[in-house]
Amino acid sequence: MRISNIGYLFKEGIRGIFLHGFMSVAAICVTIACLLIGGSFYCLMYNVNIMVEDLNKTNEVLVIIDENLSDAEAKSVGTQINQVENVYKATFKSREEALKDFIADHQDEEAFNGVDAEDLRHRFIVVLEDNAKMRQTIERLEKIPGVVKINAASELAEGFSTLQSVLRIATVAVAAVLLLVGAIIIYNTVKLAMQDRRDEIAIMKMVGATNGFIRFPYVVEGCLLGLFGAAAAFALQWFLYDLLLRKLAEVDTLQLFSFVAFDQLLVPIAVIFAAAGFFVGYVGSWISIRKFLDV
Amino acid sequence: MIEFTNVVKSYSVGTRALKGVSLQIEDGEFAFLVGPSGSGKSTIIKLITGELKPTSGTVHVNGYSLERIRKREIPYMRRTVGTVFQDFRLIENKTVYDNVAFVMRAIGTREREIRERVPYVLNLVGLDTKTRRHPGELSGGEQQRLAIARALVNNPSTIIADEPTGNLDPARSYEIMSLLMEINNLGTTMLVVTHAQDLVERFHKRVIAIDDGQIISDGMDGYYHYENQ
Repeated sequence: MRISNIGYLFKEGIRGIFLHGFMSVAAICVTIACLLIGGSFYCLMYNVNIMVEDLNKTNEVLVIIDENLSDAEAKSVGTQINQVENVYKATFKSREEALKDFIADHQDEEAFNGVDAEDLRHRFIVVLEDNAKMRQTIERLEKIPGVVKINAASELAEGFSTLQSVLRIATVAVAAVLLLVGAIIIYNTVKLAMQDRRDEIAIMKMVGATNGFIRFPYVVEGCLLGLFGAAAAFALQWFLYDLLLRKLAEVDTLQLFSFVAFDQLLVPIAVIFAAAGFFVGYVGSWISIRKFLDV
Repeated sequence: MIEFTNVVKSYSVGTRALKGVSLQIEDGEFAFLVGPSGSGKSTIIKLITGELKPTSGTVHVNGYSLERIRKREIPYMRRTVGTVFQDFRLIENKTVYDNVAFVMRAIGTREREIRERVPYVLNLVGLDTKTRRHPGELSGGEQQRLAIARALVNNPSTIIADEPTGNLDPARSYEIMSLLMEINNLGTTMLVVTHAQDLVERFHKRVIAIDDGQIISDGMDGYYHYENQ
């Protein structure tokens, strides 16, 4: 195949798209459907993952200090707490501050009249680096002299960690299944298009065209169809995502969930769609034409 | 030159299509290949075009040994052989011009050369006024002339015509056969597979007759020899 032929072969590839319009539309629609399903799942996973991470960050451990220790002694326990592995930050909260926070967290301030700060104990608010290791970290914290009690939602933390792991596995599994399904459907679509043109391919073989020369326009066609499908799926994904965000904003009960704007997803979605569209188009056309070249 | 030496071709189902065929067609020669259906004519054509390999024996076509040709060499061997089929096998969505031009593009010919050669060949087969038509808009005879132009355009040293007049009326058949004869006069080796006894007898050329996978006659006395076996 000569370099001077490449322009002609590109033109043939583009011509093929219009010449077999119905099959081209079918291939583009299949690509759009697969990418849209995959893309929607990716958007969902991306948002859920961010939500879980945010929730996880607010999951703090409360370390209660012995009431018999003086203020200075209680504060000094913080040094040992900070030395414990997996502790990100330990913030001291005096019994007075604890009472203030307690009252602030409850609407009925008068109900706390008469409650004395002395009834409470000094404490540390501890943020962990990895909540999945909460149970082991609590065991270490409990061994520190002066620590009398630890309040932590370790089961909740473990639940979040498990949820994140499940989401990660589900994302990979769904992406793999969709890619496979998409590739099979596009392979069959392109194969049908090839069937339509088997005579043309046979003639080209008979007149001495090399396999590369015959294959090139079909691969160009497949890649372009994949990229057209990817571009259309991207635009549709953007539109649907924004529409969903607007609808969610109208429902008060769903304000709890904060979804990221599409701007944040724009680059990864564009790259994933373009790569997937090109890959599926290239592989689909390459494999489909292989059996017709054996003349 | 086409040369078969003791060629045996057996198919996987056990059929022996050729049983030790030997023949030689010299450069520039014109030969008819005749025989009943199932006699082995198509197998000979497929061996010449490299679609099949012989089970035993040797096949030489224009300098290529086809019993041991490598897959990637086949396209280059095919460029030395133009093929004309009974059913024309034209590309319906391409114009007359493009049906011929794409064969030149397929072997990497430069566009300038294509623009010079295609009109010349279409003029040779009498289709120079119909370059923008599509095959569906042509008569049977015109379609076959287009198929001949396509076979001719890359200047092959050999043309194989498989029942080129099978779909045409007697007048058009004579016209096509005359065209093939003219091309042969320009130096192209011609092997024509046909059932058209009257045409074979009119042109007085070499006739190779095959039956049951064996050459039963080979001579210049036309169909008469075959009929009297």
